[in-house]
Amino acid sequence: MSATITEKIFSGRCAREVVAGDVMMAPIDAAMIHDITGPLAIDKFMEMGGTTVFDPAKVILLFDHQVPADSIPAAQNHVMMRRFAEEQGILNYDVHEGVCHQVAVEKGRVLPGDIVVGSDSHTCTYGAVGAFATGIGSTDMGFALRFGALYFRIPESIRAEAAGAFAPRVGAKDLVLSIIGDLGADGATYKAVEFTGPAMEAMDIPGRMTCCNMAIEMGGKAGIVPPDATTHAYLASIGARTTRKEDLTPDDDATYAAWKDYDVTDLVPQVAVPHNVDNVVDVTDVAGIPVNQVFIGSCTNGRYDDFLEAAEVLGDETFSPDVRVIIVPASRTEYLRTLRAGLIERFVEAGAIVEGPSCGPCMGGAFGLLAPGEVSLSTSNRNFRGRQGSTEAEVYLCSPATAAASAIHGVITDPREVA
Amino acid sequence: MRVWKFGDDIDTDAIIPGRFLTIYESAELATHAFEGTRDDFAREAKEGDIIVGGRNFGCGSSREHAPLAIKGAGITVVVARSFARIFYRNCINTGVLPVICPDADTIREGDTVEIFPEKGCLTANGVRHDIEPVPAFMQKIITAGGLVEYAHAIEELELCTK
Repeated sequence: MSATITEKIFSGRCAREVVAGDVMMAPIDAAMIHDITGPLAIDKFMEMGGTTVFDPAKVILLFDHQVPADSIPAAQNHVMMRRFAEEQGILNYDVHEGVCHQVAVEKGRVLPGDIVVGSDSHTCTYGAVGAFATGIGSTDMGFALRFGALYFRIPESIRAEAAGAFAPRVGAKDLVLSIIGDLGADGATYKAVEFTGPAMEAMDIPGRMTCCNMAIEMGGKAGIVPPDATTHAYLASIGARTTRKEDLTPDDDATYAAWKDYDVTDLVPQVAVPHNVDNVVDVTDVAGIPVNQVFIGSCTNGRYDDFLEAAEVLGDETFSPDVRVIIVPASRTEYLRTLRAGLIERFVEAGAIVEGPSCGPCMGGAFGLLAPGEVSLSTSNRNFRGRQGSTEAEVYLCSPATAAASAIHGVITDPREVA
Repeated sequence: MRVWKFGDDIDTDAIIPGRFLTIYESAELATHAFEGTRDDFAREAKEGDIIVGGRNFGCGSSREHAPLAIKGAGITVVVARSFARIFYRNCINTGVLPVICPDADTIREGDTVEIFPEKGCLTANGVRHDIEPVPAFMQKIITAGGLVEYAHAIEELELCTK
């Protein structure tokens, strides 16, 4: 029978053919917890009578939101989770490796066809390697840690087919912002978004992670790119490989809740303006707006490819002295690669502050908070009121290219206008 | 029961800002609920009040601190035209009843609302409005008293692989 990727993944794990709408207790292949939602998940695991987790090798545990600890309560949470990891025999990446979603993928902890849960809404990022991955709350995570399974309602899917090839300085972030602008902040609620088509096939894993990461910003339960030669080449490059044999290519005649055709050929850089991620406009509509802070990083855009793009836009220029440019690699691995390529030196020379791998200013907790009236331009994923500090501050979202161009001029700038 | 009325796309950062996420105790979280966007809520919300939102209530972060902050304020019912998925499930797991009411936009600040899940309706100032039933598998969790209690009652996990 014709099926979506999601239906194929769940059918592959169940004793019967699964269709959207089915409800089932499905086994999970990996469960991710971090320093914000992890402590409560561990409490719930224990309240449920948990003594040992379902499989320590399938638990991904690290700290990324408040690292190094930015407060005494944060430090206490880290201590509590360290102790739990040690008692349970779970590999603890601690504060060393970076942002959960980047680490989960680059360490090969998530593979095509896997069913993965994480107590973080951007867990949908792992769809970039062909997994069904979804964010859950801490109590659901307590259940998952205890039983190694969770109730799933198999979601309907939206097919987002992207044709064409990107113009220079336009890329994955612009595509996903334009899709969110089209579908709306609840346009994919309870649904899986399948990103397909020539533009996705030509995209490397980092760009696919950017797209899948933001599926939640349209309400999506998951974002998925069909695994292909690019996926398998990436897995080989990190020393991982899947033993699954199922074909996870979605059938064109599967039942979709919606089929949306996009063409990236004429796409221009996109910006999400305050205070909702679906308030998406062309960069030309907001060019010239002064910015106080530019953040390049996060699980959305904190990879080497993102920094390379930003560095190419930067060239030999310097960042505006009126702007605080904060660069935060998403992981130690991406940091080292960016460092060894000389890009970190270039950013620091140009006036940027470079911080260690973490969520950085994205969630308004650790550092880089905004005062009332300030404006941030950010490559992260949310521009909600108060997200990066004061509720009277404004956050605009964009690509690394747009962020770098704007950081040079101190105002929102079309990266195509910078050499 | 007083209605606290909110609009569309109320995100979990608004319900409980990121800087308070080291707190896990619901009563303490409640003192920061809607801080910066609706400061009278934490001061004046009373046991038994009801939150009524528009579309996509609870969007954004998976933080369970959001329903916990609401529950800590004494509120155990949130009505909305639609909910974001993770928040909806977090509500059920933590003992806050999420009620989908297509007419939620007609309910006003300060209205008196009563919920009748078994009749599939609510009343706002005496006017009846339909509400959607909770999915069957979620109803089992509600009936058990939350996911923790549900977990305790499990004798054998009914995995789909069997």
